[in-house]
Amino acid sequence: MSNLIMETKDFSFTYAGVDAPSLKNINLPIEKNKITAMIGPSGCGKSTLLRAMNRIHDLYPGNKYEGEINLYGNEGKQNILDLKKENDLISLRQRVGMIFQKPTPFPMSIYDNVAYGMKLAGVKNKSELDDRVEKALKDAAIWKEMKDRLKTSALGMSGGQQQRLCIARAVALKPEVMLFDEPTSALDPISTGAIEELIAELKKDVSIVIVTHNMQQASRLSDYTAFIYLGNLIEYDKTDTIFMNPNVKLTEDYITGRFG
Amino acid sequence: MNRLLLNKIILVLSTLSAVIGISFLFWILATLTYKGVSALHITTFTNDLVEGGIRNLLVGQFTMAIIASAIAVPIGMFAGIWLREYSNQSKLASVIRNLSDVMMSAPSIVIGVFVFAIFVAPFGSYNGFAGIIALTIMMIPIIISTTDNMLALVPKELREAGIALGGSKHKIILQIVIKAAKVGITTGILLSFARIIGETAPLLFTSANNQFFTMDLTGQFPSLTVSIYNLATYPDEASRELAWAASFVLTAIVLMINLTGRYMTRNKK
Repeated sequence: MSNLIMETKDFSFTYAGVDAPSLKNINLPIEKNKITAMIGPSGCGKSTLLRAMNRIHDLYPGNKYEGEINLYGNEGKQNILDLKKENDLISLRQRVGMIFQKPTPFPMSIYDNVAYGMKLAGVKNKSELDDRVEKALKDAAIWKEMKDRLKTSALGMSGGQQQRLCIARAVALKPEVMLFDEPTSALDPISTGAIEELIAELKKDVSIVIVTHNMQQASRLSDYTAFIYLGNLIEYDKTDTIFMNPNVKLTEDYITGRFG
Repeated sequence: MNRLLLNKIILVLSTLSAVIGISFLFWILATLTYKGVSALHITTFTNDLVEGGIRNLLVGQFTMAIIASAIAVPIGMFAGIWLREYSNQSKLASVIRNLSDVMMSAPSIVIGVFVFAIFVAPFGSYNGFAGIIALTIMMIPIIISTTDNMLALVPKELREAGIALGGSKHKIILQIVIKAAKVGITTGILLSFARIIGETAPLLFTSANNQFFTMDLTGQFPSLTVSIYNLATYPDEASRELAWAASFVLTAIVLMINLTGRYMTRNKK
């Protein structure tokens, strides 16, 4: 059996006030220390699935989860859909981090941005915070650029820098999984390249799930790829197989650009 | 050729309308400045109304406005935060929003009459507290609306990013969302302060007016705006001059607060 960090079992998801489920019976494995990409046309459920993995849908009441999403850890297997108390959800999100499509720096200094998650988690020791902020910014490859500007507002950074700040912020919590929701769609090609390099580096310490519209990005970066169409998992396999020798015709049609 | 002519005609007409509208504004400001400044002396600011100055009126108006703000701002902000962050989609929220909007367009004199019936008539005398209450009632819906709308402008991704880092809802709201909306909310508070400091009707039969300097809120309380209302119609020249001076000072104050608000929301990046 391969080394799993997360998996979904017969997972279905229905948005509040909607009759038909947006995701139907998804069985998706997430391998540890690997990059799993989710591809598919717009609106077919990729982001919905990603956002279920850290229960961020809970911000908006009335959604319905069915099935299981299991997170593997030191205490074994845990179905994160069973978590009800706010503290448990907070712990979950400290283990499963998320990066959004639009860079979201908080209206505070660069230092405070990176330290924010740690302070929420109760880290108070100033030198520990300083060290972890430095390490996170180094891991996100912006330490050199930012080390003399740590106290300046994060809002003054460029889009690519802000996205790397968001990655530093998430990495500072030492998560086990990082979920990337189209992290480079809003960025220019050079920043995109830098972020892709960064993500490839991160996989040493973290397991990564990335939703992307960009098939070239998926085939460049990922080890495994899942093709999601109209709420169904059409095919999941090693990236090379998906892109060069897919088993399902629908996958082949999507890859070759016949639709989507 | 016909279209070009029509275009020119419309252009001229719209420019003319704009000029006419703005020229009235300039006419008012010019008259106000000319008549106001010529009626200003040092004594205007050092004397109270009883001696032909506006000192007690300025202090009184500001006192009531500041106390009203001290009550209205916390209530309005909490209500606005509750509306936008905690109960956004609920039916109750839309009812409260509608009520608040209605209150904003309620005629200020009606609010004055209401407060008169509840806080003046039973006590048998005009009092400063009633004036403050009237101003507070006017200010709360404006603060609710501003806070609600400024918070709505904060993109939802910012909240999601906070939650994704393991934040609880109220921490995210306090530490991130309100901070992000800080400038807009502060400007809204400033502008609503400018609004209530220029109100007359809510004070006419609540705190009325007082010629003497006093900080006693249990009796009639000095008001700049009510004084202008009174002085403008007195037969003697001195009173009317004082009315111009007071109008000029009031306008200058409101203008300065508004300009400060604009300065705060100027495009920084």
